[in-house]
Amino acid sequence: MPRNSSASLLDGLARRITLCSGDLPAEYFAPIAAAASAELIVTDREAEAFPGLDLPRVACGLPVAPREAPPRHCSTEWLLLTSGTTGVPKLVMHSLEGLTGAIAAVQGREERIVWATFYDMRRYGGLQIFLAASWARVRWFCRALLSPSPTTCCASRAGVTHLSGTPSHWRRALMSPAAGAIAPRYVRLSGEIADQALLDNLKRVYPRAAIGHAYASTEAGVGFEVTDGLEGFPASYLAREGDVRMKVVNGSLRIRSSRTASRYVGREDGAVADAEGFVDTGDMLELRGDRYYFVGRRGGIINVGGLKVHPEEVEAIINRQEGVRMSLVKARRNPITGAIIVADVVLTDEASAKLSGDDDRGIRKQILSTCRDQLPAHKVPASIRIVASLDVAEAGKLARNA
Amino acid sequence: MSVKSIIISEINDVASEQNKIVAPLRDDLPLLDSGLDSLCFAILVSRLEDKLGIDPFTASDEVYFRVAFGDLVKFYEDAAK
Repeated sequence: MPRNSSASLLDGLARRITLCSGDLPAEYFAPIAAAASAELIVTDREAEAFPGLDLPRVACGLPVAPREAPPRHCSTEWLLLTSGTTGVPKLVMHSLEGLTGAIAAVQGREERIVWATFYDMRRYGGLQIFLAASWARVRWFCRALLSPSPTTCCASRAGVTHLSGTPSHWRRALMSPAAGAIAPRYVRLSGEIADQALLDNLKRVYPRAAIGHAYASTEAGVGFEVTDGLEGFPASYLAREGDVRMKVVNGSLRIRSSRTASRYVGREDGAVADAEGFVDTGDMLELRGDRYYFVGRRGGIINVGGLKVHPEEVEAIINRQEGVRMSLVKARRNPITGAIIVADVVLTDEASAKLSGDDDRGIRKQILSTCRDQLPAHKVPASIRIVASLDVAEAGKLARNA
Repeated sequence: MSVKSIIISEINDVASEQNKIVAPLRDDLPLLDSGLDSLCFAILVSRLEDKLGIDPFTASDEVYFRVAFGDLVKFYEDAAK
């Protein structure tokens, strides 16, 4: 790794670096610092922002002055926080090599690459890009595209060639007038299920870009990338030899690779993987023909009168329909079946403009009728609400428990 | 629209969507004989909550389902008061 890279400036300096994103609740600081055995806080916040945390604080702020890289004296353990839904996030340990392996492979030998990412750089998806600064110019944190009416587009000014984010990030970006101002050569999706509607849309907006959806999670690391423009992945991937091994057990994807996290820190049972080194991702798969499709999270299953529904499989059907930008399927408690599913749907600008006044009955009926054609009855939403936007959490994923 | 007519209209919508044939909705019609299955009732309760803003099943402590169509209507009418 080149000596002047941001990664080598940090890696080797500290025995351990724990990255906390800006939205982390203050009450989690103390337990996370204890679990990580932190000795020092590096922050741009005041001391009062860390209640109950008696650690020396190193203040930092922009601009950061470049300096000579100090000698490496150890290998650094990189601790990332899981984007779990409730409670104190788990700390997941990675090495620099594991974190950067997948991005290094993408970079190839291309002459001039300018990466940008919608991810927070303190999350797995963003950190990879940040650390890849050793090979390319990197602009991490490109939020301009995500605001509804950006006045400027930093990505276009910076000449971004490679851009990464979650499917939710991309759906929002496509709603932005600035989406057409950039012409990336490479579009990367990860962190959520990339459905066919979104892949097709990206291809339409960025006809010259290579579009890849990568399977990655904080624990499992980057598993594989799919570049054939289709959702899901070929079943033949399971038979592939090499660095990354995959298998499906009880419907969920298991991955073993040099990029998986080494362990959880600060927990009695620190194992991320099973005895054979496989990480259970909790992501459920369905085999249709010669392809596997992601149907949702094991923990996210909704039980409708004893029948299982993955919200994501219903969203995929809704998102595929004309006039739909994105959707969120969720459970509503029900006295008869325990739960029933309902959907919030964001329309495309064109479809919204076509509505006469506030009357959205026509399009709601049409969406429901297509769902009924393509899904068993218990998977069809009982009702659909047209909404202006959906919440995307800091980690870039659709806020499912809002 | 009265509570009763809203219920009737929602029942007809749900039934046609689910390809069910509804029996004539007289007050003494047992709901089990209405032609609707439990998923239909689940959808009905959910839609009525959207329309009327109430879910009397959750609001009340009674867990059993109403027996006849007229009871169901009264259940909602009372809750809507």
